[in-house]
Amino acid sequence: MSILADKQTRVVFQGITGNEGSFHARQCIEYGTTVVAGVTPGKGGLTFDEKVPVYNRVIDAKQQQGANASCIFVPPAFAADAIIEAIDAELDLVICITEGIPVLDMVKVHKYLDGKKTTLIGPNCPGLISPAKAKIGIMPGHIHKEGSVGLISRSGTLTYEAVNQLTRRGIGQSTCIGIGGDQIVGSSFTDLLKLFSEDDQTEAVVLIGEIGGTAEEEAAAYITAGFNKPVCGFIAGQTAPPGRRMGHAGAIIAGGKGTASEKIAAWEAAGIQVQKNPAKIGETVAHLLKKT
Amino acid sequence: MKIHEYQAKKIFTEYGIPIPEGEIATTPEQVQAVAEKLGGPVVVKAQIHAGGRGKGGGVKLAKTPEEAHKAGKTILGMNLVTHQTKPEGQKVKQVLVEKGLDIGKELYLGIVIDRARSAPVIMASQAGGMEIEEVAATSPEQIIKAVVDPATGFSGAHARKVAFGLNLGKDVIKQASSIIANLYKIFLKKNCSLIEINPLIITRDQQMLALDAKINFDDDALYRHPDIKELYDPDEQEPLELEASKYGLNYIKLDGNVGCMVNGAGLAMATMDLIKIAGGEPANFLDVGGGASAEQVEHAFEILISDKNVKVVLINIFGGILRCDRVANGIVEAARKIDLKIPMVIRLEGTNVEEGRNILAESGLNFEVATTFDDAAQKVAHCTTA
Repeated sequence: MSILADKQTRVVFQGITGNEGSFHARQCIEYGTTVVAGVTPGKGGLTFDEKVPVYNRVIDAKQQQGANASCIFVPPAFAADAIIEAIDAELDLVICITEGIPVLDMVKVHKYLDGKKTTLIGPNCPGLISPAKAKIGIMPGHIHKEGSVGLISRSGTLTYEAVNQLTRRGIGQSTCIGIGGDQIVGSSFTDLLKLFSEDDQTEAVVLIGEIGGTAEEEAAAYITAGFNKPVCGFIAGQTAPPGRRMGHAGAIIAGGKGTASEKIAAWEAAGIQVQKNPAKIGETVAHLLKKT
Repeated sequence: MKIHEYQAKKIFTEYGIPIPEGEIATTPEQVQAVAEKLGGPVVVKAQIHAGGRGKGGGVKLAKTPEEAHKAGKTILGMNLVTHQTKPEGQKVKQVLVEKGLDIGKELYLGIVIDRARSAPVIMASQAGGMEIEEVAATSPEQIIKAVVDPATGFSGAHARKVAFGLNLGKDVIKQASSIIANLYKIFLKKNCSLIEINPLIITRDQQMLALDAKINFDDDALYRHPDIKELYDPDEQEPLELEASKYGLNYIKLDGNVGCMVNGAGLAMATMDLIKIAGGEPANFLDVGGGASAEQVEHAFEILISDKNVKVVLINIFGGILRCDRVANGIVEAARKIDLKIPMVIRLEGTNVEEGRNILAESGLNFEVATTFDDAAQKVAHCTTA
């Protein structure tokens, strides 16, 4: 089945007339994603590339084109507002690619999500792909292959690296999700592990974590409590110095907490097959699948 | 972004948080003049961003203006080494001269974002002066926390939870509540990522003041605060890191000899990890971003090799949005300009990888082209040991 997105997902691009938004909307359409609308306030009535209608509001895209998912390419100063608009329109899925949203803006968005039906992925993420079904994000589609491995990652290009290792070994993916590198993100490892546990297509899961925060430890607790599929993991930042923000707002070892070694220990204790060598993620998954 | 103690204290004053009387000074003569003006004993405090200034000898008590002059002479211009500075220390350009106070009690008060709860949390402890992480590790029960719900905002209840939790006498409860409320106001209005008062003191005559002040701001929100942006002190940043930030590059200098250039923070960290596994030591973290231009790649390259410790360069690019042919062009341009003397291993993967590899091959330059991630690390390790 894959999780969160498939052929039936009807996507609206918020910020479709911008540079990045238009480029990636085209890429997603080319991949086969059902892109039904674009939204740019003030530009309603236009038609993007002579086929995708542009609206002023997300709610119009939903009512007139049946959009149920959004992909956001709005500049950081307006991105939190764009997410709130999509949640307010009661879309099932909102993916925010935008990098650099102020953390206090995300504090509000996170609160606004409470009790709503929307699943938010990101911000500051590559989006998600259910290979051969739908790509809602900025990842290169061609490196993916449909199959049985689910992947959740805090990173972007490192996710591509891992996917590439899988595909080269002939191992396909059910859904790959980049949850984002910020301190506050919409969906956690745990939220998505729950979805993978109920997905028939997914036989094993790859987790790619990084230093900072406690999302990996929370995932370990969830898996220990009874996750039903084998899991392989990698944590980036084993050599990162404390106190320095390693690119991502969320990737920082602060006050001696959030180190790779703590996270690796937590994952190993939860029975996750941890690979410390990032070049051997594909190999580890291959072994894991053979055992099952 | 970090600022100095005296700058943070100025913000405190604007928001009604009491601080000791004092002034900034840049020469021993000024230090003496301020001490004379204040009268009585003073404290001379080095103004650098790093913590642990007292232990490093950057904070001195002076009983007379003459002693203050002497303290100023010692501290100004010194390379102050603390556990948070680089090994060679940070040069002190200015000191804060403050009236000495009769301290009765030292507390800790801070606000950060609680990532697990996605909300700001006010933290306080009776163990002032100590590092809060240390208190959290050894006696977590001593930390009082109040998480503020962003929907309803700050409430008097949060202040009372903290103030009464600190077992304060009734003379200071009101002062504490007001300080907590005002501190939260700063946190919200100025888009802070961290505020700390350590120590927050109660004097023997029951006055509560911020003896120290630390504020870090959310870099992503600085565009809203031009006044805060002006407080930035470029001298506190590693010159190469400063240079990198001008081009939107994310560079952190480390101690090894393998310079690396990668697109994406996660892959950059993983590349550093792999270099180490292969037996090398990374010289830096350098993320050119998911969508870097050829020009950025060129700048990144220049920054990378201006670190004299670098003996070999590894470029690891997984092109998604960033196309490999564009990266290859940037690398070739830069290598031609710079006349590279050290070996370079390049690994390209992803969108337009064939075009990218062809550009490298046809350039006539001496690159080692690696096919996989693992292959790249092996080739780099071979270069460092050979």
